[in-house]
Amino acid sequence: MLLIRCPYCEEERPELEFRNAGEAHIARSADIAGESDDDFEKFFFIRSNPKGIIYERWRHMHGCARFFNAVRDTVSDKFLMTYKAGEPKPAKLPGASK
Amino acid sequence: MKKYSVFAIAREAMRGHKGWEEQWSSPEPKKEYDVIIVGAGGHGLATAYYLASVHGITNVAVLEKGWLGGGNTGRNTTIIRSNYLYDESAGIYDHALKLWDGLSQELNYNVMYSARGVMMLAHNVHDIQVLKRHVHANRLNGIDNEWLTPEQAKEFCPPLNISKQARYPVVGAALQRRGGTARHDAVAWGYARGASARGVHIIQNCEVTGVKRAANGAVTGVETTRGFIGAKKVGVVAAGHSSVIMNMAGVRMPLESYPLQALVSEPVKPVVPCVVMSNTVHAYISQSDKGELVIGAGTDQYVSYSQTGGLHILQHTLDAICEMFPIFTRMKMLRSWGGIVDVTPDRSPILAKTPVPGLYVNCGWGTGGFKATPGSGHVFAHTIARDDPHPINAPFTIERFRTGRLIDEAAAAAVAH
Repeated sequence: MLLIRCPYCEEERPELEFRNAGEAHIARSADIAGESDDDFEKFFFIRSNPKGIIYERWRHMHGCARFFNAVRDTVSDKFLMTYKAGEPKPAKLPGASK
Repeated sequence: MKKYSVFAIAREAMRGHKGWEEQWSSPEPKKEYDVIIVGAGGHGLATAYYLASVHGITNVAVLEKGWLGGGNTGRNTTIIRSNYLYDESAGIYDHALKLWDGLSQELNYNVMYSARGVMMLAHNVHDIQVLKRHVHANRLNGIDNEWLTPEQAKEFCPPLNISKQARYPVVGAALQRRGGTARHDAVAWGYARGASARGVHIIQNCEVTGVKRAANGAVTGVETTRGFIGAKKVGVVAAGHSSVIMNMAGVRMPLESYPLQALVSEPVKPVVPCVVMSNTVHAYISQSDKGELVIGAGTDQYVSYSQTGGLHILQHTLDAICEMFPIFTRMKMLRSWGGIVDVTPDRSPILAKTPVPGLYVNCGWGTGGFKATPGSGHVFAHTIARDDPHPINAPFTIERFRTGRLIDEAAAAAVAH
């Protein structure tokens, strides 16, 4: 089980309190009906699925119930950092090998 | 290839078993092949076998980063069934089921396919509706599936708890009698032996690190940890790592990779005569010929390549098993492990040509690829050999996620898949 730091509660809590909410920083088009099939596919179905650093959303379901973002290594499952929803993708990662 | 038979066993017994040959050879990689298959799991080896045996294409290499059958082929719970809802799925899974029957004879290798029946439990009104819908849809597709009362379910599987006092009482079940299990390792080994005997090179400890493409975009070969190997056709059959390999060729995939866990108990005398699955409490169980209870758990909720998973996932499954079979509450679990499964948004596989000429992909089997191994290899070999899909796998394109023509078993089959 993962230990996840909620950036709102500012606490590390067990994974059972959280729901993973998929890849982060995928913006929904403001004009979804006007999206081409190609762009809709990229938005809706295509995922980066990286072996390494992933940017993902979590929701602290059984805590503050808020969404936030996390950076995690999908090989070691180790979290590098978490940050609040709406904050930009971090340019520098603490302790990242690359 | 020396044929295995009772006479061969007798002959070898007489001379101290000194005459057995290696089941497959381990040649040095050539500079170029007609076809390269990336991934020596069941699906990849079956593809190579049928390329050689059906299509006469023997200048084939199967590249494996680890050891043969060491990925999901050796980590699954060996369940075989074809009771899927949609016509496309029924087509491909039943194609596989028909090939399971007779596979040991064809390969001259005992894959221990045992049609002991797969029984899926209903616990509420919704389950009854869903499973009966499957029963009817399957019958229309010529696939056996029948409805059982709780009493009939208990008769078929005596240790099952059908008490009305259970937290999730059994209110019925759907039974596919042709479903069952097979010996997962033997499937990989049997296909490897058959392919190797026909000239296919199986190259283990050879990780693909890049996919080379010509100026016109077509595939020219793969970079590996043992150097460049050329081929005009490359088939990617890399399970949880399929999107990693496809990214090397510049193709982004509608896939996410999750850990999926399984576990086995201490071995006991025969007690579970069939496969029992429950989508609602999420547990499935069968008993291996060694006597271990083989139990499948769920996926973790996050993308991972760690080949492990959370303990609470196993606990949840064991809670369900003890609910269904109170007789097992004092059993000890011996081993648990994880594999990385590649899941598509509609929970149906992708077996198709790709936008890159000469590049083919067979992936997205998610949590239930083992059962499809023979059928998957058979139609994927056709797709590569003819550069055109077999009618059975024609619907399983990558493009369906753009056109919207999904094969939505995600909703139809719930979790256990």
